[in-house]
Amino acid sequence: MAEPVLEIRDLKKTFGALKATDGVSLDLMPGEIHALIGPNGAGKSTLIHQLSGSFRPDSGTITFLGQDIAGLDMAARARLGLGRSFQISSLAQEFSALRNVMLAVQARQGTSFRFFRPVMSDKSLTEPAMAMLKRVGLAERAHVPAAELSHGERRQLEIAIALALGPKAFLFDEPMAGMGPEGSKALTKFLDGLRQQAPILLVEHDMDAVFALADRISVLVYGRVIATGTVDDIRNDPEVRRAYLGEAA
Amino acid sequence: MSRETIVNIVLALLLLAIPLGASAMGEQFYVTLATRIAILALAATGLNIALGLGGLVSFGHAAFFGLGGYAAGILATHAFNAEPLFFGLPGTTSMPVIWLVAIMVCGLVALPIGAISLRTTGVYFIMITLAFAQMIYYFAISWPAYGGEDGLSIYVRNAFPGVNTAQPLPYFLICYVVLMAALGLFWLLRGSRFGAALQAARQNATRLSAVGIAPFNIRLVAFAISAMVTGLAGALFADLNRFVSPSMLSWHMSGELIVLIILGGKGGLFGPVAGAMLYVLFEFALGGITERWQFFLGLILLGVVLFARGGLLGLLAGKARHG
Repeated sequence: MAEPVLEIRDLKKTFGALKATDGVSLDLMPGEIHALIGPNGAGKSTLIHQLSGSFRPDSGTITFLGQDIAGLDMAARARLGLGRSFQISSLAQEFSALRNVMLAVQARQGTSFRFFRPVMSDKSLTEPAMAMLKRVGLAERAHVPAAELSHGERRQLEIAIALALGPKAFLFDEPMAGMGPEGSKALTKFLDGLRQQAPILLVEHDMDAVFALADRISVLVYGRVIATGTVDDIRNDPEVRRAYLGEAA
Repeated sequence: MSRETIVNIVLALLLLAIPLGASAMGEQFYVTLATRIAILALAATGLNIALGLGGLVSFGHAAFFGLGGYAAGILATHAFNAEPLFFGLPGTTSMPVIWLVAIMVCGLVALPIGAISLRTTGVYFIMITLAFAQMIYYFAISWPAYGGEDGLSIYVRNAFPGVNTAQPLPYFLICYVVLMAALGLFWLLRGSRFGAALQAARQNATRLSAVGIAPFNIRLVAFAISAMVTGLAGALFADLNRFVSPSMLSWHMSGELIVLIILGGKGGLFGPVAGAMLYVLFEFALGGITERWQFFLGLILLGVVLFARGGLLGLLAGKARHG
């Protein structure tokens, strides 16, 4: 059996009396899409924040490629190869789409303490960045400032940035959020091909996408994982049906 | 050529032509006025690295302006009195050496100040940088060895190899060349990898972290570079007036530098130059009419903030867009 890329053990985080994460254990295996679902307020975002480094867990371990990363900040985790997209698009608004991706290419290449060479004429930055934009279908909008992109285009740009980091694992926080049916379908297809490159921990509300993509699903309710299994296991789990799927399944 | 480039060239030529013309007509006063503009623009260009590119509203850059000034004053005084400085090192009247000392001192002071201040953001950052500057201000006031409250005179303007610095025009030209070099540095920084990271830190620090670049380190280096350029301006300013006093370190000075940038256009290459021109012009033109010229300057600043966010440069050149 292969080693998990990301291994979460007994993670706990409380805010006052609220147990937002209450002993969560999860694995992300190589080559899989592991979906994390749960009703609103189940603690999905809190969990993602702890994985990406926005919050420190109170206890528990997060092991990424064999290294404990619970004490590292967000930038350090990104450098180790944890690529993420945000629930609400988080971009450098004044920069063009291309420059947003170039930032990731630059980070991947190493130090940013280079003070003189102009980035816009640096092909080692512009070409890989442009290739990533092409891959997500955003090449024609490369020179448009992020602030002027449509909602769907910003979601695509987020993915392009995550790709440009060449990560060892992806954390995608509701990448479909606010996308139309067409956009969701296209993105579903795109993510389907992405699992070969690196495994994906996917938080998503779009159940069609989750059922189409996920190799495994974990269900989070009140900060606890109440079930983990294949799509069929989860569909047929009585506890999950009661807690979450209810009318949908 | 973009409209901004044309405006920049016009401003650069204007700042050069006025003192050349004035000097030819024997109007030395205007040469001194232009030198003042060049030095204030240099100081504000330094601040523009932190404030314009990095979004770091430092309300304590007078500390570096003053430290640069005191570096010039103290080194010159020791050289003049033939008293060794500490560790038996001699003073000096050589401008290049003084500049180097001013730049190094400001960089070394900026690192700890930045390291502490940059743990905060927003209004706390503004207040903590102000607090550090005020500490240095009161330290200068209470240090009698170098004039305390009365300041320190530089008896003869310091020397630059091959130039008669005592004459207004050659001294202006020195300041002008230094200003242009600093603007060149600003331009390079803005377009570089470092500049990309710094501007991204201003726009969205979380985004920068998420690609693996720690915003703190980028900001700290920017703060230090910014302080070094402003410190160099301080050394030139002390030599212009042949005098340095704690007023160069006061919070008024910090505010003035921020005002220059906002008047001229934040983040723009020639924003500080446009701002310094406007400021010194007002000071001179309105100051001749009324002692309360700063009231009118305040009104204009209000107008700029409310109606012309891009400052003078934004009005002339339209909205800048990069990349």
